[in-house]
Amino acid sequence: MLANYGFKDGSGDWFLVIDTDKCDGCGKCEAACPANVLEVGPDEYDPFREEPVAKVREEERKKIRYSCASCRPGYGEEPTPCVIACESGAIYHSEGWKFLYGKQ
Amino acid sequence: MLVAGIDVGGKNVHIVLMKDGTMLEKGAAPTGIKKAEAVEQLYDKVLRQAGLKREDVEHVVATGSSGRRVTFAQGVIPEAAADARAVVRLIPSARTIIDVGAEEGRAIKINSEGRVLDFAINEKCAAGTGTFVDTMARALEITVEEMAKASLQSTQSIPMNAQCAVFGESEVVSLIHAKTPKHDIARAVHDAIAGRIGSVARIVGLEKDVVMIGGVAKNTGFVESLKRELATDVLIPDEPDFVGALGAAVAAETGVIEEKVETRVVERQDYEESSN
Amino acid sequence: MAEEVREFWRWPESHWANPDIDWKQGKIITSGVDVGSVSTQAVIMVDGELYAFSSTRTGSDSPDSALKGLSIALEGTSMTADNIDYCIGTGYGRVNVPMAQQTITEIACHARGANFVYGSAVRTVMDMGGQDCKAIRCDERGKVIKFMMNDKCAAGTGRGMEVFADLIGVPVWEIGPRSFQVEKEPPMISSTCVVFAKSEVVGLLEEGEPENDIIAAYCAAMAHRIVELLNRLGVEKEFAITGGIAKNEGVVKRLEKEIDVKTMEKVWHNPEYNSRNYPFDTQIIGALGAALFAMALLERGRVKSARKA
Repeated sequence: MLANYGFKDGSGDWFLVIDTDKCDGCGKCEAACPANVLEVGPDEYDPFREEPVAKVREEERKKIRYSCASCRPGYGEEPTPCVIACESGAIYHSEGWKFLYGKQ
Repeated sequence: MLVAGIDVGGKNVHIVLMKDGTMLEKGAAPTGIKKAEAVEQLYDKVLRQAGLKREDVEHVVATGSSGRRVTFAQGVIPEAAADARAVVRLIPSARTIIDVGAEEGRAIKINSEGRVLDFAINEKCAAGTGTFVDTMARALEITVEEMAKASLQSTQSIPMNAQCAVFGESEVVSLIHAKTPKHDIARAVHDAIAGRIGSVARIVGLEKDVVMIGGVAKNTGFVESLKRELATDVLIPDEPDFVGALGAAVAAETGVIEEKVETRVVERQDYEESSN
Repeated sequence: MAEEVREFWRWPESHWANPDIDWKQGKIITSGVDVGSVSTQAVIMVDGELYAFSSTRTGSDSPDSALKGLSIALEGTSMTADNIDYCIGTGYGRVNVPMAQQTITEIACHARGANFVYGSAVRTVMDMGGQDCKAIRCDERGKVIKFMMNDKCAAGTGRGMEVFADLIGVPVWEIGPRSFQVEKEPPMISSTCVVFAKSEVVGLLEEGEPENDIIAAYCAAMAHRIVELLNRLGVEKEFAITGGIAKNEGVVKRLEKEIDVKTMEKVWHNPEYNSRNYPFDTQIIGALGAALFAMALLERGRVKSARKA
C-alpha cells in the first residue's frame, strides 16, 4: 500500500510516501530523520497486518512541507537521510520541494 | 533623473518617487478590486504631493504580484530583484532578505552587490502571509497593531494545530471560548506563522545580516516571534513596506529594465540574469 | 454563530432502522461509529447486514456526539448498546468513542464500506468531509492499495464550500442546482486558497457578475482541485464519491466531465436493498466499513465479543 502522508495546497504537492508492501518496520528511517517526523508502529490502514510499519507522525502530516524542506528532497545533491537509510526503497517524496525550490 | 517605483501588492499599492538617488515623495493606498485604477489614482496623488506631473518622470518601473497592471511602466521586475536592489542600498551588510506581504512570503539570499543568489517563496496559501495575521486579528476582534502589542506581553507559547488560515480562524475561536488570554493567542498566531516563514528562510540559509521587509515587518509581535524562531537578530529598515517600491525605483534609475516577467515559478537563472 | 447561519451549510440529520431484520435471531451484532469534525454517523449491522444507522451533527464534545449518534440509531428498535458484540470507532474523533473496543482509520473503513455499498467493482473512492478530503484506491475486497488525505488546506474540503455558501448566503443544497442555471459555463475561480478566493468572489459580486455564474465558477474550481488530487493516485474505474460533497451535483458533474469518468450511481450493490428501498446515504460509508471490520475481526477470532446482554 502506498501511504501518501502530507497535503496538497495552492502552492504544491507536499507528500512523504511510504510503500508499506516494501516496508518491514526496521526503524532505520525513524532514526535517520533529523526532524523527527517518522515513527514505527502498528499499521492503522490495515488492521490485519502483523508487522509494524513506518509512518509520518500524525502531528507532522500537516506541516510536512516545512519539516522536510531542510533535507532538500529532490533539489539537493543527495537523497534525504530517510531515503538513504531505507534498505527496501520504501520511502520517497513528492515533487513539491523540487519544483518550488530547486533548479528544474 | 526623476524616476518612479510602483509596487502593486495583493493588499496595498506603494509608490516611491526618487530624484538622483534620493527619495522625494511616497504614498500607499489599498489595491482593492480595480487594481489599475488604484495605481493610477495613487500615482497622480503622489505626483501632486511632490508638485510634479507625469511627464516629469523619466522612467517608471513596476513590481509586485500585480506589477503588470501598471500599463505605463517601462518594465516590470520580479519582487526578489526589487527587494535585493533596495535592501543592499539601505543595509549594505544584508545577505538574507525575508519579505512578507499580504499574499506572499519570500526569502532571498543576496551577495554584497545586491545580486540574487537563491530564493524561496511561500505563495498561493494564506498561511504564510500577512493575510493569516489579519484573519486572526479579526477573529480576536482587535487591530493588527493591538495584536502586535498583546503578543509581546505573552510569556506562554501555545502551538497552533492548524496550518491554514481558515482552520486557524476556527482554532482561534475555540481558544477564545476556552478563555485563553488574548495576548497568548496573539503570540500563538505569530509563532505559528514565524515557524512557516522560518522554514522557508532556512532553505536559502540564514547568512547575516538578516533583514526583514514587507508590510508584516511592521508587526513588532511577529518580528519577536521570528527572531526566536531563527535564533538570530533580524534588522528592519524604516518603512519596510516601501522597500519593494524603492527597489523598483532603483531599477528605473540605474536603467536596468527587464522584460515583463511571464511566469512566477522560481528559476534561479531568471534572477541571476535579472540582477545584471 | 447563530443557529440560522449554521443552517446554510449543514446537511440535514437522519436515522433509519431495518424493518426486515429481527436482531434477536442474529449471531453477530457489530457497530461502527464515525465521528467527523462536522457530522457523526453510527451504523449497526446484524450478521453483516445493515440493521440501523444515524447521521447527526457533531457537537463540541466528541464522546457525547458518539453516544448520541448510537442512541439515535437504536431509536425505535428494541436493541440497546449492551447487545453489541464489538464496536469500532473511526473518523477524526475516533479516540473519543467511549463504547468502541478499537479504532481504525477512516481510510481503511471507507474502502471497506464502499466495497459493501457499491460492490467489488469499486476501485477508487473519493471522500470529502467537513474538514478533509481523502482519495483511496482499493482492490476487489475493499483493501486499501494507496491513499492520500488532506486535512491541512481548507480549499479541498467541505469547509471550502461552506465558507463560500456563507459568503453568498445560499444554502449548500441549493448550490448544485443553481450552478447549472447559467447561460454559459464561466471560467473557474482562479485563487486556490479559500481566503484569497473569498476576495475574488467579493470582487465578482461588486462587478455585478450574476450569482449563479459565481456559484458555477466556484464549483468548477473545487472540481478541478479534486481532479488534481485524484490524478496523483490515478483514477481506476469504478469510481465512487462519498461524503457530503457527493450530494453537491455542481461539483460532482464537473468533476466527472473533467476526468471523463462517471461516478458510480448512488444505488446499493445488493439488489434486495434496492428493491426494499433501504435509504442510500453516502455519509454512512465510513461507519459501515467500521462495523464490517468489527465483524471480520470477530469472525477470524482476532478479538473477543464485548457483548454485555
